[in-house]
Amino acid sequence: MTLSLKYHILLGTVFLLASASLHAKPNGEQLYSTHCSACHGANGDGGVGVPLSLPDFQYGVTNDYLTKTIRLGRPGRIMPAFTNLSNKEVKAIVKHIRSWAPGKPFKYSNKKINGNVKHGKEIYAKSCAACHGATGQGGKGTGVTFSRPRDLPVIAPALNNPGFLASAPDLMIKTALMNGREGTPMLSFLKQGLSEKDIDDVVSYVRSFEKNSAVKKIKEKHIPYLSYESPNSMEETIANVKKAAIGKNFRIIREQYLNEGLVKEGKENKKQMMVYFCNFDFLNRALAIDPRVGLFLPCRLTITEENGKVTVSSINPLFMSGFFNNEELDKLCQEMHQVYTDMIEESTF
Amino acid sequence: MKYKNLTKVLISLTLFLFISASQAEQLLMARTNQGFPEAMLKLQETLSEFKYSLSRVQRIDIGLTASGYQTDKYRIVFFGTEKEIAHLSKKYPHLLPYIPWKIAIFAEQQDTLLVSANPMQLSDKKYPDADKYLVKWKKDIEQIFQILRESE
Repeated sequence: MTLSLKYHILLGTVFLLASASLHAKPNGEQLYSTHCSACHGANGDGGVGVPLSLPDFQYGVTNDYLTKTIRLGRPGRIMPAFTNLSNKEVKAIVKHIRSWAPGKPFKYSNKKINGNVKHGKEIYAKSCAACHGATGQGGKGTGVTFSRPRDLPVIAPALNNPGFLASAPDLMIKTALMNGREGTPMLSFLKQGLSEKDIDDVVSYVRSFEKNSAVKKIKEKHIPYLSYESPNSMEETIANVKKAAIGKNFRIIREQYLNEGLVKEGKENKKQMMVYFCNFDFLNRALAIDPRVGLFLPCRLTITEENGKVTVSSINPLFMSGFFNNEELDKLCQEMHQVYTDMIEESTF
Repeated sequence: MKYKNLTKVLISLTLFLFISASQAEQLLMARTNQGFPEAMLKLQETLSEFKYSLSRVQRIDIGLTASGYQTDKYRIVFFGTEKEIAHLSKKYPHLLPYIPWKIAIFAEQQDTLLVSANPMQLSDKKYPDADKYLVKWKKDIEQIFQILRESE
């Protein structure tokens, strides 16, 4: 076979495969199972994410809201932006979500509500801030699943979130305020005594959050790991690591060679050691913020010796924090980053 | 010569597109409707089918409940292969604190959730040779999670 023929066959195969994948009809159920069910539940019952099958939620939001939410996510509030899905795939997921509630959802126009922002702010402070936060930052514990002690089935959404504001039209927010959301702590504010005019004012106040949310935080880039060279021997450095951990109120839970369990007993590389430690109070705080923090666990420093050079290294919590899209967790990772840095410094002094 | 260059471009483009797509999701997650003990067993079996060895399993819930906190079942499963760990730990310092790779597995009511970081997040321009391992791990974890999702 000539080179030219081989090349054309290769090119043709690539185009055929690309074309087939572009024209294949996406399976919404399968896509939902892969991308959404871990957080929202296999049947939309909720968990880390909101219960999508809740009838009041289904009727209260538009397909456009669901589509934009999938596309934009909720920056800093767990829900990631699924920018890698095609339009057809997003549509198929939305269709699957809709299959849980027969009937048609509300349709809202994009008409702007021009209420009194100042008055809306006063009502918001009295009636909304307790759940949605003083500045619309939302309830705490967005990432908490039902596997942990939890008071409410739904954590109050962050109304100041740019993803929410870009997805929800004014009339959708107004309808939620007027009717409430059965099955959640969100009550009908008409029944609570507010007038339609008051509600319009609150909507305008919520919309005013856009001014601040438009300012995008530029996320700092972090290196994946922290590492210091130790002037001491491997044994001395390990002893120093343990001392530093205990000094920071951690309990040493295990020492293990890096390849232990993967090689026959006695064949481990003695120049690569991991020291695991834990502070259960800190761990409990972290799990209350995001149950997926297991990926940080247990805390560990790795001590290696290569050509006589001893090094202590750890993950960089600030780097890993970026995986979770959870602002609350970011704060804890700052704390953990400081702890790791101090410990590595202390043990390599 | 012309074809060789074009083939190179084509392959590079395909790899670039694959790596870009691979990096999109930062966490890999799955839900299985199996209860925790069954899911844990299935995970261990599946890792073994994919030729990974278990380095160890860390029980998170035991320490928490012993300290007076409420929690459901929660474990961290560390896994890898002897060859990969030996090679990567020597050649790629940025990977050292992350290996053996791990999967967090925990109960949520009747279901079980699995979470792993997307290995492609550790892709580093300074160490392009490491990408083939990261791509393989990502693909394997996705397949393992799919098997768990489909297990009843």
